[in-house]
Amino acid sequence: MSQDFRLDNIGMVNRNKKISFTFNGKKYFGYEGDTIASALIANGVHLVGRSFKYHRPRGFFGVGVDEPYAILQLERNNERDPNIRATEQEIFEGLEVKSVNCWPSVNFDIGAINNFLKMFFPAGFYYKTFMWPPSFWYKIYEPFIRMAAGFGEASIKHDKERYEHKYEYCDLLITGSGPSGLASAYAAAKNGARVILAEDKPRYGGSLLTSDVNIGNQTGVEWSEKIITELKSMSNVIVKNRSQVFGYYDHNMLVMSERIGDHLPKTQKYLPKQRLWYIRAKEVLISSGSIERPLVFGNNDTPGVMLSSAAKEYMKVYGVLVGKKPLIFTNNDSGYETAIEFKKNGVNPLILDTRKEPSSDIISEAKNLGIEIKFSHVVVAAKGYKKVKSADIAKISDNKKDLLNIENIECDCICVSGFWTPSIHLASQSGNKSEFNEKIDAFIPKKSKQKENTIGSANGKFTLEETINEAFNKGYEVSNNITENNNKVSIPTVVEKKSTEHDKFWCVPLPKGKSYKRFLDFQNDVAVTDIELALREGFRSIEHVKRYTTLGMATDQGKTSNLNGLQLVSDIENKVVPQVGHTTFRPPYTPVSIGAIVGREVGKHSKPTRKSPMHDWHEKNNAVFVDAGVWLRPRYYKQGNETLFEASKREAKNVRKNVGVCDVTTLGKIDVKGPDAAEFLNRVYTNAWLKLPVGKARYGVMLREDGIVMDDGTTTRISENHYHMTTTTAQAANVLSHLEYYLQLVWPELNVNVVSTTEQWAGAAIAGPNSRALLMKLFPNTDVSNEALPFMGYKEADLFGIPAKIYRISFSGELAYEVNVESDYGNFMWEKIIEVGKEFQIQPYGTEALSTLRIEMGHVAGSELDGRTIPHDASLEGLVSKKKDFIGKRSLGRSAFIKPDREKIVGVVPLDKTTSIPEGSYIVKDPKAKLPNPKLGHVSASCWSVEYDNPFSLAIIKDGKNMIGQKLFAMSPLKNKTIPVEIVSSHYVDPEGKRVRA
Amino acid sequence: MLYIFCPHCGSRSQNEFAYGGDATVKRPELNKEISDQEWDNFVYLRKSPRGKHLELWHHISGCRQWIKVERDTSTHEIFKTYKADELTE
Ligand SMILES: [Zn+2]
Repeated sequence: MSQDFRLDNIGMVNRNKKISFTFNGKKYFGYEGDTIASALIANGVHLVGRSFKYHRPRGFFGVGVDEPYAILQLERNNERDPNIRATEQEIFEGLEVKSVNCWPSVNFDIGAINNFLKMFFPAGFYYKTFMWPPSFWYKIYEPFIRMAAGFGEASIKHDKERYEHKYEYCDLLITGSGPSGLASAYAAAKNGARVILAEDKPRYGGSLLTSDVNIGNQTGVEWSEKIITELKSMSNVIVKNRSQVFGYYDHNMLVMSERIGDHLPKTQKYLPKQRLWYIRAKEVLISSGSIERPLVFGNNDTPGVMLSSAAKEYMKVYGVLVGKKPLIFTNNDSGYETAIEFKKNGVNPLILDTRKEPSSDIISEAKNLGIEIKFSHVVVAAKGYKKVKSADIAKISDNKKDLLNIENIECDCICVSGFWTPSIHLASQSGNKSEFNEKIDAFIPKKSKQKENTIGSANGKFTLEETINEAFNKGYEVSNNITENNNKVSIPTVVEKKSTEHDKFWCVPLPKGKSYKRFLDFQNDVAVTDIELALREGFRSIEHVKRYTTLGMATDQGKTSNLNGLQLVSDIENKVVPQVGHTTFRPPYTPVSIGAIVGREVGKHSKPTRKSPMHDWHEKNNAVFVDAGVWLRPRYYKQGNETLFEASKREAKNVRKNVGVCDVTTLGKIDVKGPDAAEFLNRVYTNAWLKLPVGKARYGVMLREDGIVMDDGTTTRISENHYHMTTTTAQAANVLSHLEYYLQLVWPELNVNVVSTTEQWAGAAIAGPNSRALLMKLFPNTDVSNEALPFMGYKEADLFGIPAKIYRISFSGELAYEVNVESDYGNFMWEKIIEVGKEFQIQPYGTEALSTLRIEMGHVAGSELDGRTIPHDASLEGLVSKKKDFIGKRSLGRSAFIKPDREKIVGVVPLDKTTSIPEGSYIVKDPKAKLPNPKLGHVSASCWSVEYDNPFSLAIIKDGKNMIGQKLFAMSPLKNKTIPVEIVSSHYVDPEGKRVRA
Repeated sequence: MLYIFCPHCGSRSQNEFAYGGDATVKRPELNKEISDQEWDNFVYLRKSPRGKHLELWHHISGCRQWIKVERDTSTHEIFKTYKADELTE
């Protein structure tokens, strides 16, 4: 294996473990611990993508989260992951990645023609170019944009990986394990605080991994290893690598994404691929460091132009040279550290320093090493298309306006350093208003808003000594406030090279007659001219300039571009940066996968699944289930090749003819107890409850305060002060909250308690003309005659030794009973009913048959009580008491609710007696009327009447009570159907209700 | 996500609670003659103040008690929480 750009004696990758991977179909080798970026650079590969707008060639610009260019698409186990940063993704055996945003290939990209048409892609080109004519949008503009743009393709397949969520509480969360993070974590942990230390990268240490410093007589690397090892051994500390704290939310809630399996060929058994941590921290120390700023010059986006700190990290961490003829372009001392590192590794760099005559320890060291330095020099433009081949450089006048003696020099990379920008994103998200610091030309956090402090270079402290002192003190101070311990560790001595002031100059003027693109935002191709244009066109607010030009948008969120953009706006506007202000930082700091956000809450896990105690029986007997809220209910029991339609018809017919049994466990049940229970029910329901005797059930309707029906159901008086309330399956939780609201807040004087008992009881509805005969066999010791147990009666009975409750209530409109037993006996009850019911031709029936039975009886359910209907609309006005007050009564008098043509429920039968009417159809007078056709109402529920063997629907229509007998039309534009219908009574079967009382 | 102090259970994350609206609204007494306007105000009209707001939260995944929370609607700062029957300041 030859890797032309790999150094032998430096770096932290594991040389004993070779790893092969493919990039754009070609096989490459790297070492364990390499990122895709370091491994490709080691192999001399710099062209990895195309830019977003002009499709200009893209290489690597950084070495971490700030990377604007090297966004790749990863394929693993047939899963696809777009938007992977090559600078962060570690390689593993068999890794496959490819370039995005280029077609047909990264080397030959048709979109690159945009580069030559750039006059058509000025700032705001989306708003200008693709507007007119509107008919062009779908056919021409959109396909073009879709083809030419984007960062990869999301997979359309189900993601089989597992993602988890975790909640954690701690005294102190520290975001970043650089010198400030390590020092503060150590000081706080030693003082007894419960600490979480999060590091985004695989390796701990941050800048200590690459800087030439000494802490407590150890190198930076040795010291960080020692501290991390000790922290890991402490029971009050959680240390996490590959973990990015990306969001700072209210009340000190931070969210962190931990990448557990991303760097492995396959997620390990019993582990998720990623874990999202919701961390509630008493205090937060933000130690997220700083990001180097680019310098701006012609063609500064050419592959091979990169941050000087990145070049240094590629050498020191990965043992990789980004070039063999490096040009270092800097306005501060940081560039020198990179130059020195090149020199130590046998490569001769050339330094161009914008400053006139700076002097410092580092500059002296560079000079002593014999490194060539040109002061007052700048790069005018990079040359080369797919990789830097040379650079036009020049001497710059003292006023930084004029370029003198432009000459071309050969180089294969240009390492730029425009000084440092503190990463204040998390502090800003917490609500901390930042302030501009003139000394470092950047924003730093101001006064704490939440319980947060920013330390180290994120707080603008750029010397190690300051950083270490601040961090030890803060770690102690914060932990002391929480734990009240006084265990202070001593602060180690720090040895570092002293540096001198940076130059505020950052943007190289264009030479006369040249129009090089000088990029500010590398991910979105925003150049100096774009910002100039936006300002000429009248955009002033930095938020508007951002959106118009796309400066600072997309996946890198302007980590490298924001400040230079601000600087430019303030230069042109003759303002200072703080007046311009920066755009708002919002979470996430780095992209988070949708999988991690969703966690386990996908598919069946997106909500709990509740099963009745009889579920297994249903399953064994070929039930086809349907989701009813969180419950799984049998929709029908399939026999042979039956369809849903055939099965439900059979089941419903059998109820009307013989007897059927339906699992009604899912109905909401609430125990209402206390001396004032009757009074409470009287206020909650629209009808009268004070005189209901013990042992009787009553149907009730409850309203919201605005007069709309909230729910309906039967409530039974079990004993003097004990009522058993039932609610619909869907409204059970809301009704309980509603009752608690009134008891706790509105009428606390009522002595009543409510509690949900839904899960305590298993219920079976036994319905049909044979139901009493069956009951007599199930309960031989109980008198269930019509006299002893009349309609709406209640009895406690013995079911083969099991205590049971019998309610004579009916939803199907047939003679019917609901039997409840304690949940654990549910299956026993069910099997007994089926067994004993055989001689009466019993069949189980599901929700579909149940619907049919209730629809043709005109019994309302959720589809009629849909949050828009008052009792009148559902023909429930007979249950509205005129004498007493109740929740929502006052609203029933509103003018819209009492107008004469108020909507009312009716029955609808197709004239041809064969065409089913789609639910949701409109009822209209004239199907050919001009659109929008005035609608009379809508079809709420449809079934096939088993009584009359023809379709039947319920509808809620205007002036319903006077429409009976009219011939109208049901129209379904969705199904493209127009059906002539007759309006009939909603009580299609047994309108007098004789059967339930039989 | 807010961190709400339930006077019955202690500090709990917002996802255990359901929001219940303005806690200063008082339901008119039963059987009391009131004008349409008064009833309308009770059912529909709510202030949406920027700043301090006394609001109801229901600890549905906890003790199931309705509590009153004094919160700043713009900063989310929570000043004080009260039991349902506790007098507010
Ligand atoms: Zn509580």
